[in-house]
Amino acid sequence: MIGKRRAGRALEFKDVGSHDGPLLVVDDLHTAFRTPRGTVRAVDGVSFEVYEGKTLGIVGESGSGKTVLSRSIMGLLPPRDVLRSGTVHFGGHELSAMSETELRSVWGAELSMIFQDPMTALNPVKRIGVQIAESLVLHLDMDKREAQSTAVELLRSVGIPSPEERVRWYPFQLSGGMRQRVMIAIALACAPRLVMADEPTTGLDVTVQAQILDLLADLQRERHMAVILVTHDLGVVATRADDIIVMYAGRIVERAPTRTLFSDTRMPYTRALMDSIPRLADPSGSRLDAIAGRPPDLIHPPTGCRFAPRCHFAQDKCRESEPPLRTVGSPDHLFACWFPLVDGVSTVPAVKVTLGQTDTAVTDTAVTDAPAPDDQSEAETTP
Amino acid sequence: MGKYLVRRILQLVVVAFVISVLTFMLVHLLPGDPTVAILGPNDTAANRAILLKQLGLNYPLWRQYLTWMGAIFQGNLGASYLNHESVTHILATGAPVDFELILISQLIAFVVAVPLALVTSRKPNKPLDNVATTTTFGLLALPPFVVAPILVAVFAVGLGWFPATGYTPFTQSPAQNIHEMILPSVAITAGSIAVYYRLLRSDLISTLQQDFITMARSKGLSSRRIMWRHAFRPSSFSLLAAAGINIGALIAGTFVVELLFVLPGIGYALVQAVEQRDYLVVQGIALVVAVAYVFVQFIIDFIFTIVDPRVVRE
Repeated sequence: MIGKRRAGRALEFKDVGSHDGPLLVVDDLHTAFRTPRGTVRAVDGVSFEVYEGKTLGIVGESGSGKTVLSRSIMGLLPPRDVLRSGTVHFGGHELSAMSETELRSVWGAELSMIFQDPMTALNPVKRIGVQIAESLVLHLDMDKREAQSTAVELLRSVGIPSPEERVRWYPFQLSGGMRQRVMIAIALACAPRLVMADEPTTGLDVTVQAQILDLLADLQRERHMAVILVTHDLGVVATRADDIIVMYAGRIVERAPTRTLFSDTRMPYTRALMDSIPRLADPSGSRLDAIAGRPPDLIHPPTGCRFAPRCHFAQDKCRESEPPLRTVGSPDHLFACWFPLVDGVSTVPAVKVTLGQTDTAVTDTAVTDAPAPDDQSEAETTP
Repeated sequence: MGKYLVRRILQLVVVAFVISVLTFMLVHLLPGDPTVAILGPNDTAANRAILLKQLGLNYPLWRQYLTWMGAIFQGNLGASYLNHESVTHILATGAPVDFELILISQLIAFVVAVPLALVTSRKPNKPLDNVATTTTFGLLALPPFVVAPILVAVFAVGLGWFPATGYTPFTQSPAQNIHEMILPSVAITAGSIAVYYRLLRSDLISTLQQDFITMARSKGLSSRRIMWRHAFRPSSFSLLAAAGINIGALIAGTFVVELLFVLPGIGYALVQAVEQRDYLVVQGIALVVAVAYVFVQFIIDFIFTIVDPRVVRE
C-alpha cells in the first residue's frame, strides 16, 4: 500500500492519535444555519462514536440533517451563518476545536469524504490523475512522478480498466460509475482512517450501486478503514453497516447494531422506513407503505416527538414532551420513543394519521407547525 | 484538437472572404462618382475617363475584386489618392502603436482584475467586495476621453511622472517608448478592468458553490491553491469570451486616445482618411482591422481548447 507518511503535523497527528477507544466521538453536536426566515436546526444534539475499521450507517429521509451532520463532523461547512456547538474527537484530537489550517492536515489524509454526485464533485477541467495526485503530493510528500504512478495504481485498485491511459482523461470522458470510482480513489489516496461516504451511490444505476458499495467494502477491509455510510436507503446499509443510526429532523431516533435494529425495531419511524423498502417477495402491484407527510420544518420543530405528526401510534404524550434517547435491556440499542414497538408490534392501538388542521381537532394539544399534507387521501394511509 | 482547429481555420477563411467582399463594396456603395471625389467636381469628362481606366474602375466588379485581392496577396493594399502614401506603409507604422497600446492595456486589465476577483469572490458582499464592485461600476461608466484628460492633468501636468504627448518608436528607445505609452494604455484599460473583474467575480462566486470545490477543500488543499487551481479555470470562460470581443473592439477603438496623446496609430490614420474621403486607405485599413478582429477571435478559440478540454471533444 501507500508507504511513507509525511513528516510534520500529519505524522504527529497519526502518532498521538493511536490511542485506545473509539476513532471518532461525536458528542452533543448541534449545527444550525441562520437564514432570513429564522434559525434552521439541521443537526440538533447528536452523539455517537465509531470504532476503527467499523462501518456506521446513518439513515434518514432528505432533510433529516444527515448530510449536514457529515459535513459538520468534518468541519467542512462554511463558517459564515453556521452555528455549531458540541464536540467532535477524532483519533483522540478535538476536531471541533481545530482551526481550518489544522483541519487541512487531517482532511484528505486521515479523514476524507466521498461525495454524493460524481457528476459535479470532480473538477471538470482537470485530468483525473491530477485530481488524485494532488492529495498525494500534499499529504504524503510525493514528487509529481511518484504521485502519478500511485494514481495509476489507485485507479487500478478501484477497478478502472487500462488505468495508465485513463489517468490522463477528464471527468466528462467517464461514465457516472467510473467517476464514482475515481472519487473513491481520491478519497482513499492517502489511506485515511475514516471515510465519510455521503450518499455515494444515489446518482448511480442500481447495478452500479451494488458494485460501488462492494468495492468500498473490499477496500475498507483491505485497509482497515472506518466508514460512515450516509444514505436515505435502509437497504443500502442493511448488509454493510455494523451499526446503524436512524435520524429524523436533526436528531437520532434509533441507534443499534444492524442485526438488532432489524430484529428488534423499537422506533415506529425506523419501522416505517423498513416498510418503505420494496420487497421482491411482495405480490406485484402491491402498494409501498410510504410515510405520509414530510419531515417537519426545522426552524420551528414540533413540540414533543418530532415524528408524532406522522406517526400511526402517536399519543397525547408524544405531542407534549420529547422522548429522550434511552435504552431498554441491551445497552447498545438506543431509541427515542415513549411507546416503543415490542417485537415489531406497537403496544398502543394504531390511529389514522391525519395531518394538518384535523390533527388539532382530534387531539387537545395543538401541534405547532405540523407539515401541511400534500395529498389528504395519501396522508390517510392505514397501517 | 487538430480537427477542431482546422474547422476553426476554415471558418476564419470564409469570414475573411466575406469581409473582403464587403470592404471591397465599400467604395462602390458610397454615393457619387469616385472620380469626382478625387478630381473634384470641375474636371473634364475626358480626364475622368482616364482616371477610371487608371483605377481599373471600368472593368466589371468581379474582375476589379480579383485584381484588388491579387494585389493584396502581393502585399499591395493600394495607395492614398491624396498623398500617394501606400496603405501598407500606413499600416506598418500605425499597427505597432495600436498593438502595443492594446497589449499594455490588456496586461494591466488582467493583472488588476484577476487577483481582485479572486480575493473578493471569496467573501461576496463584504466591504472589500462592495468597494471593488462600486469602483469598477464607476470605471465602466467612464469613457477613455474622460479618463485620458484626468490622467494627463494628474500624472503628466500635476505630478510630471509621464509625458502628456509624444511617441518614440520602440525600436528607437524601448524605455522611453514604454514611458510614453503608459498613460494612453491606462486610459483605455479602465473599461476592460471593470468588465473582466465583474465577469470573473460573478463566475467565481457560482463556481465556489460547486461540489468540486468542497471536494477540493476536503482533500486538505489550501484556499489559495483552491482559488487558483480549482476555481479560476472553470470560471474564466465568460472572461475569455469577453476579452475576445473587447480586444477586437479596441483594435479599431483606440483612435480617441491616439488623438488625445498624439500617437501615430491606425485609428488616427483611419479617421483622417474618412474625413478626407480617401477611399482606398479606408478600404485597406478596414480590411486589415476586420481580419485582425477575426484573428483575435481565433486565438481566443484556441485558448478555449486549452482552458476547457470539453470544447474540443463535444
